[in-house]
Amino acid sequence: MGNITDKEVLKIREKANDIRQSIIEMLLEAGSGHTAGPLGMSDIFAYLYFYELNHDPQKPDWEERDRLVLSNGHINPVLYATMAHSGYFPVDELMTLRKLGSRLQGHPHREFLPGIETSSGPLGSGISQALGMVLADRINSGKTSNKFFYCLTGDGELQEGQNWEAIMVAAKYKPHNLIVIVDRNNIQIDGYTEDVLPLNALNDKFAAFNWHVQEIDGHNIEAIDNAIHQAKAIFDMPSVIIANTIPGKGVSDFERLPVWHGKPPNEEEAKKALKDLRTLRGKIESEHE
Amino acid sequence: MSNLNLNPNIFNSDVEKVPTRDGMGHGLVEAAKMDERIVGLCADLTESTRMHWFAEEFPERFFQVGITEQHMASMGSGMAAMGKIPFIAGYATFSPGRNWEQIRTTICYNDQPVKIIGSHAGVSTGPDGGTHQALEDIAIMRVLPNVVVISPCDHIEAKKATLALAKTSEPTYIRLGRSNTPVITTEETPFKIGEAQTFFESKGDTIDVGIVATGPLVFEALKAAKELDEEGVKVRVINLSTIKPLDEKAILNIAEDSGAIVTVEEHQIAGGMGSAVSEFLSKNKPTLMEFVGVNDQYGQSGDPEELVLHYKMDCESIKKAVARVLSKK
Repeated sequence: MGNITDKEVLKIREKANDIRQSIIEMLLEAGSGHTAGPLGMSDIFAYLYFYELNHDPQKPDWEERDRLVLSNGHINPVLYATMAHSGYFPVDELMTLRKLGSRLQGHPHREFLPGIETSSGPLGSGISQALGMVLADRINSGKTSNKFFYCLTGDGELQEGQNWEAIMVAAKYKPHNLIVIVDRNNIQIDGYTEDVLPLNALNDKFAAFNWHVQEIDGHNIEAIDNAIHQAKAIFDMPSVIIANTIPGKGVSDFERLPVWHGKPPNEEEAKKALKDLRTLRGKIESEHE
Repeated sequence: MSNLNLNPNIFNSDVEKVPTRDGMGHGLVEAAKMDERIVGLCADLTESTRMHWFAEEFPERFFQVGITEQHMASMGSGMAAMGKIPFIAGYATFSPGRNWEQIRTTICYNDQPVKIIGSHAGVSTGPDGGTHQALEDIAIMRVLPNVVVISPCDHIEAKKATLALAKTSEPTYIRLGRSNTPVITTEETPFKIGEAQTFFESKGDTIDVGIVATGPLVFEALKAAKELDEEGVKVRVINLSTIKPLDEKAILNIAEDSGAIVTVEEHQIAGGMGSAVSEFLSKNKPTLMEFVGVNDQYGQSGDPEELVLHYKMDCESIKKAVARVLSKK
C-alpha cells in the first residue's frame, strides 16, 4: 500500500484541476489538438509530476532523474500543462501551443523543449524507447538501479504491432524499474476501441507476455499511488498499470464521447468547460475539508 | 592511378575478396574496445551481420532482441537517450526497410547517435532472391534530415568507416554487402566521412568522362576505367563512399573537368546515389549523365555476380553507359 496523506491527495487533485483548465485554455487558443485524452490523464500526470517522479524542473537534464516517456504524443497538452505548472517553463507559454516557432510542437519534440525525454506522435514506439533507457541504465547502475522509467501509452495505441515486440523483449530482460501506464479510455479517432479493433482482454494479454498487471481507477489518487508502489515492489517483471479513465474527465459535455478525441473546444464550449472545472474544484476542496 | 595506396593487386585475377560486412564486424569490436558507450542490438541475424564478434567480446553490452526490427530501432533510440552509442544490425530490407518510420521519428527526428547497420544490401544476397535484396535503402535513408549515409567499397573501407562513425554524434546508416567482393583499398588508404576520393585518373590534363561509383561496384567502375583508358578514353573514377552529406566539391570538380558523368550503384536508379549527384548538378552545374543501377525492377535469385551482369551493373554495362553519355556530348 502507498502511504499518501489526505493533504497530498488534495494538492494533487487541485493541481489536476489547474492542469485541466490550462488544457482547455491552450486548446482554445491553438484551434486544433486533442481534448479528451489530456483531460482523462490529468490526474495521473498531476500525481506523477507533483508527487511521485524524482525530477527537478530547474534541472531538466539532471542525470539521476526518473524518466517519463509519453508514447501517445497526441495527448501532449496534458504533458505541457503539467510541466508548466511544475515549473519547467512559464504557464503563459502554453498559449503558444501548435504555433510557428513554438517550443510546444503539436506533438512533442525533444530537441525543442527541455524536459521532453523523446519525440512522439507516431504511435507504438514508447515502450521500446523506455526499455532501451532501462537497459542502458542497467549497464551503468546495475540491476538494482533506483531510477524508474515510466511509459504512458494510449489504449488504441496498443493496436500497433511494435508494442507487442517491445512487450515481449521487456519480459526477456525482466526490468523491475519499467512501469507502463495504459490510458484505458476506450476511445480512439474512429470510435470506441472495442468497435474499431477490440483490445480486450487487455490484462490477460499482458499477463500472457509475463508482465505484472494491475487494473485501477485512473482518477483515484490513492489507487494510483497504491498501484505505483505495488509496481515498484515487483522485482523480476516489468509492470503495467491499466488505468481506466474517462475521456474528457471533468467536463460533463465531453466525457466518454469519441468525438472529443481529436478536436478542440470552441469559445462557447471552452467557457462552459472552464465553468464545469471551477465547480469541480469547489467540490474537491469541500471533499477534503 | 591516383596516389591513395590502393591495392596493387586490384586488376589481377587472384585479387583477394572479402565481404564488406566483415569490415564492419571487426571495426565494431575495435571501436567498442575504445569506447565503452558502444552497445550492440541485433534482430536474430547476429552472425550474418557480423555482430557476433562484438557479442562474443562484450556479452554485457549486446542485446539480442529477436525478430523485432521496429522495436530494435526505438530501443536503440532509448539507449542513446541515456548516453549510449547503439549499433543496430539487420538486413537492409528489414532495417531500414521495415522499420523506416521508427528510424525517422525515434532516431533521426530525435537526432540520436544510433548507428544503423544494413547488411545484405544490393544483390549481394543473391540466391535468397528479390525479397532479401535491398535496392531502395539509399533512397529511403538519404531523404531523412540529420542522418549520415555511408556505402563502403570494400571491407577495409567498411572497417575504417565503422571506426569513424562510432565517434560521431549523428545518426548514421552504413550499407553493407553479403558476398565476397574485391579488396580495392589498403590499410594505408585514407578515409574520412564526407570525402570522396579519386581512385582512377587517366594521364593528361583533361578527362572525357567522370564515373562516380559507390559500394563494391567501385571495382567494376575501376575495371571499366582501365579498359576505357587503354582504348583512349580519358577517365576519372571517384569513390563516393559517403552519400550524405554529399562531397559537393568533388562532384562539382569531376563535372567541370569531364562534362559527362556516369553514376554506378547496386541500387535502384530512382532515388539513389545517382539521384543525389543529379540533384546537386542540375542546380549547380547541369551535366550530361547516365545512371548504372537497377532500373525499376526487383531482384531475383542467382549468384551475385550473375545478378550484377543481369541487371547491367557490370564493367561492360558501365562502358556502354560511358559510350552513351559521350555520344551526347
